Amino acid sequence: MPVADTLVDTDASVTDASPTTHVDPQTAAAASAAGFVPQQSRAERAASFDVAAFPLPSGREEEWRFTPVKKLAALLAEGATGHLDWTTSLPEGVTTSTISAAEAQGLGILPPQDRAAVLAAASADGAVLVDVPAEAELTEPVRIRLDGAGADPVHAHVVVRAGRFAKAVVVVEHAGSARVSELLSVVTGDGSDITVVSVQRWSDDTLHLAQHDALVGRDARFTHVSVTLGGAVVRVNANVRYAGPGADATLLGVYFADAGQHLEHRSFVDHNAPHCKSRVTYKGALQGETARTVWVGDVLIRAEAEGTDTYELNRNLVLTDGARADSVPNLEIETGEIEGAGHASATGRFDDLQLFYLQARGIPEDEAKRLVVRGFFVDVIREIPLADLRDEITAAIEEELATTDYAAPTQQTPSQHASKEN
Amino acid sequence: MSTQHTLEIKGLTVSVETEDGPKEILRGVDLTVKSGETHAIMGPNGSGKSTLAYSVAGHPKYTVTGGTVTLDGEDVLAMSVDERARAGLFLAMQYPVEVPGVTVSNFLRTAKTAVDGEAPKLRTWVKDVKTAMGNLKMDPAFAERSVNEGFSGGEKKRHEILQMELLQPKIAILDETDSGLDVDALKIVSEGVNRAKDASGLGVLLITHYTRILRYIKPDFVHVFVDGKIVEEGGPELADRLEDEGYDRYATTVPAAQA
Repeated sequence: MPVADTLVDTDASVTDASPTTHVDPQTAAAASAAGFVPQQSRAERAASFDVAAFPLPSGREEEWRFTPVKKLAALLAEGATGHLDWTTSLPEGVTTSTISAAEAQGLGILPPQDRAAVLAAASADGAVLVDVPAEAELTEPVRIRLDGAGADPVHAHVVVRAGRFAKAVVVVEHAGSARVSELLSVVTGDGSDITVVSVQRWSDDTLHLAQHDALVGRDARFTHVSVTLGGAVVRVNANVRYAGPGADATLLGVYFADAGQHLEHRSFVDHNAPHCKSRVTYKGALQGETARTVWVGDVLIRAEAEGTDTYELNRNLVLTDGARADSVPNLEIETGEIEGAGHASATGRFDDLQLFYLQARGIPEDEAKRLVVRGFFVDVIREIPLADLRDEITAAIEEELATTDYAAPTQQTPSQHASKEN
Repeated sequence: MSTQHTLEIKGLTVSVETEDGPKEILRGVDLTVKSGETHAIMGPNGSGKSTLAYSVAGHPKYTVTGGTVTLDGEDVLAMSVDERARAGLFLAMQYPVEVPGVTVSNFLRTAKTAVDGEAPKLRTWVKDVKTAMGNLKMDPAFAERSVNEGFSGGEKKRHEILQMELLQPKIAILDETDSGLDVDALKIVSEGVNRAKDASGLGVLLITHYTRILRYIKPDFVHVFVDGKIVEEGGPELADRLEDEGYDRYATTVPAAQA
């Protein structure tokens, strides 16, 4: 049954009083000393609930080097006063409540890993806890819709706790105009099967920094899907850590950047337990001058994570001139006793041969391009567990394509015209 | 089905861009293919046979520098690639292209809709596809696979003929459809071509390096293609002669043409 309520973040004071810190002092010292000591391992990156562990970034830090930090000053400063309008639809048995920052940390959530996330945890007035009880098998998704409500910067913290053997899909939809830093912390119970879908369909002026974490239970399955279509600057970092062996994490992403958009996705799978599996697949399309996407995929296989099986993949399809896609897979392996580890990354234009083939069967150029793009995204989109959401996202992507004025050198001209160009 | 269609190629010259500037590949091709006729174009590697096929289909790599191509009097060279296909031309490619994430069934339906200008009636279409796949001994599971992805060479060629049978073009160009096929696959593919000829009076331009396929698809005319143009024409007996003698006796024309 749909429940509508509004959460207003008015208290900008730092509520984090927890002594818990997950960062060793040396790393913290290095990070605060202007951050120019290059880290040797992702494991050395700061992770803490202490705001002081994350100085204001200059843009030269490894975790910020692709991001337009100058545009993000409002979200990297303390003292956010805005709020988002919440609309939730909760299946039977699922509850929400407001908990304090200390209570949130007490649930075992992963610590923030950059300044935006630590501010979200510290400055949000506690967190909204979404509770999926143990052994619940939800047939309907939990739906949370967050709409921009004014120009004031927002810090928001959402915690999803799923009990053991629970099976649930949680959809978080973002829309409207906002400047928001968001921390979404997921803690899943042993043997659970939890999917979180985060859809970014913001309006063109929105700034959105997000850290989405999951601590995945023993023998549990966890899937995170990022769908990023709207916003001026959107950065969604998805991180996974394992609470025990035998777990399986899948991180997926679909993004489509137009002129003027910066869409960034980072993922970090911390294989800290044996016999776990991870799959990371992000696919993006870009069109228009200054359209920009970034994907950075970190995987760390720690010495104790024997039997790990991991693969990460990023593909980008550049539809027009003037767009830029960065793609950086990082794989660190500290044990040889693994099942498999690999990564792949490729960025390219439309394949002229594919278009020729489809057109040679009578399919007009614009429809051929739609088919190719749809096919490009299909293996990620079909993992989205809700048919209506799949259709909505497919339609949204095709809407983006409909506005494309292809500048890529693939347009089909009669041969005689081609000769004039040469 | 008895309507007569004519593909007329006149004085066609075509070049490609190379690092050393444009290179002429077709040096004046004259050829007319009518409904119900089967023309075999035979020639050694590098003679420009495939360039002829791709140029008529409108591949952007090839630049037409002279001559005309018409289908029933309409200027084919002024049409885009998809317009040519909708006008009734079909090219069965030597190297069919993989299109990941697009299923064969979606591809076939989209193409059929584009060519006919309206979506095919669902019930008859499903039956037609199933029958056509059965005739070509294709596993029904192919319908749900991505276009050409992971297909063997023989599967790709059968898929090309499947498209030809379903789209029912007026004139089909088969670019080395026989290459890389074992004799069983060659027979299946040839039967498909013969079915299309019987069903719709398809005109066929069969490009091949070998005479083997001509045992299963009987040509009415044989054209020998050397160095970018037709150097000899005749009936089926010319193919037999090529089978015995090869292309060696045409070798002397190469330096002459270059001079």
